[in-house]
Amino acid sequence: MSDPSIGQPPPGSDVDATGYSDVAVAVDETIRPWWRRGVFQHYLPAILIFVTCIVAWELFVRLLEIQAFLLPAPSVIGEAFTRNFNRLTHIGWFTTKEALGGFAIGCSLGILVAFATARWSTASEALMPFAIAANSVPILAFAPILNNWFGVDNPLSKMLIVAVIVFFPMMINTVRGLTLVDPAALELMQAYAASEFEILRHLRLPNALPYMFNAFKVAAALSMIGAVVSEYFGGNRSALGVFITQEAAQFRFHNSWAAIIIASAVGITFYLVILAVERFAIPWHVSVRGSDRG
Amino acid sequence: MPVVSITNATKIFNPGSANQTEALKDINLSIEPGEFVSLIGPSGCGKSTLLRLIGDLIEPTAGQILVNDKPAHQARLDQDYGIVFQAPVLYEWRNITRNVQLPLELRGLPRREREKEAAAMLALVELTGFEKHYPWQLSGGMQQRASIARALVTKPAILLMDEPFGALDEMTRERMNMELHNIWQRAQATIIFVTHSIAEAVYLSNRVIVMSARPGRIFAEIDIDLPDSRSVETREETRFFELVNQLRESLRQAEAIGQ
Repeated sequence: MSDPSIGQPPPGSDVDATGYSDVAVAVDETIRPWWRRGVFQHYLPAILIFVTCIVAWELFVRLLEIQAFLLPAPSVIGEAFTRNFNRLTHIGWFTTKEALGGFAIGCSLGILVAFATARWSTASEALMPFAIAANSVPILAFAPILNNWFGVDNPLSKMLIVAVIVFFPMMINTVRGLTLVDPAALELMQAYAASEFEILRHLRLPNALPYMFNAFKVAAALSMIGAVVSEYFGGNRSALGVFITQEAAQFRFHNSWAAIIIASAVGITFYLVILAVERFAIPWHVSVRGSDRG
Repeated sequence: MPVVSITNATKIFNPGSANQTEALKDINLSIEPGEFVSLIGPSGCGKSTLLRLIGDLIEPTAGQILVNDKPAHQARLDQDYGIVFQAPVLYEWRNITRNVQLPLELRGLPRREREKEAAAMLALVELTGFEKHYPWQLSGGMQQRASIARALVTKPAILLMDEPFGALDEMTRERMNMELHNIWQRAQATIIFVTHSIAEAVYLSNRVIVMSARPGRIFAEIDIDLPDSRSVETREETRFFELVNQLRESLRQAEAIGQ
């Protein structure tokens, strides 16, 4: 709102009588020093809190002489992290592939079932009870059984656990997005004698996208949790969950912590990737466009 | 040949059930090409229902509705009319020009033609320059003008408007009335307009249909014999006030019999 020439309606449009001035306002980023520019300033409080926590943790462990197997200091974890970096990235990638595979299977199925249930009410009546029941089942409890079915070493057993976990949030959100459509928007389509397919393409699908991206974000976090935890029940030697449990069993907790850092980093990256795709895919949505206009 | 011809139309919601309501009873109405007809009446008089019957968004329980000499259903399939709701109902994922192009897209028009038509309509409603803006970047009045452009872009024989300016403030509303009047004259469309506002009905219409409630019926018809070309001054003319008073009196009577 600093530069009055920005955000003015284009010439030739009449803005006199009602004063239409609420056109998007861009803030000029170049007139501020770098430490006050958007992104950095926006994340500064979070960065400060993070650094403070790490420092407090280090001091807490050192001053109270907490034993390493209870809580290693951040410096010790960092050292373990750099020492084992190659191994950690290797096992991290192994588990990430499981998470990604499960994410892909679960989300595809969730979307597929959602489209079927939104389109045919019989499908909805037939499938919904199962979907809701599946959501109430503690799916991780099946991990040992799936290990038995597919073999402990087989990544497929973990992928399937992840797939089942992410299926429900994906499906239910997509169904919501496809069906919770403004009645007037639907009536407009009706007035233009639009076919079911046209309504799906021009109204239901775009309407569902924000819901689906919310589901993707939830599913991204769940998929990493699902993959690591299902590995606790046994798995390939180069899996993150297996590494965490084995190192912990041998009292090398700093290594377990270092592996958790990798798991967190993957989870956060996954989330950020989806956030970036969301910004690109639905720039029009409230969650993305920010507060340009009240 | 009338554009709209309604004979003995009756609409009963939830027939046979406990909350059965007779929304409209024995409606007979004929609308000529180029007319601007307003439907006004107390709430519950079925004016919106009547508009939806004409647009084939709901079906009559009995009676016949012809639009362009064919059943309303066929007229809807042929996209013979445009519709404007109280809310602009613009799709938030489409920018303004793409919103206006929607009806043409559904007709399968090639992109270049769509863009040309949309540009012409946006010029008509004075939104040139806002093509790439998204709905949330425009004020309520501008959004409603965009929705009028969308309704007109197919050059429909009839424009159905359901309290399109009901959500706007008084000043914007009067301005929009003036603009709609100009658009109507330029586009030479037949407009059926549902409103709550007496002044708006008198200012815009050739003819005002006064309806009464329970069941919804046509109570009176008032011809508006103001000059065809109307401006800000129209609202200050003696004849305008006379008609407003006449319409208000008629509405009062209509309201009385509904109770």
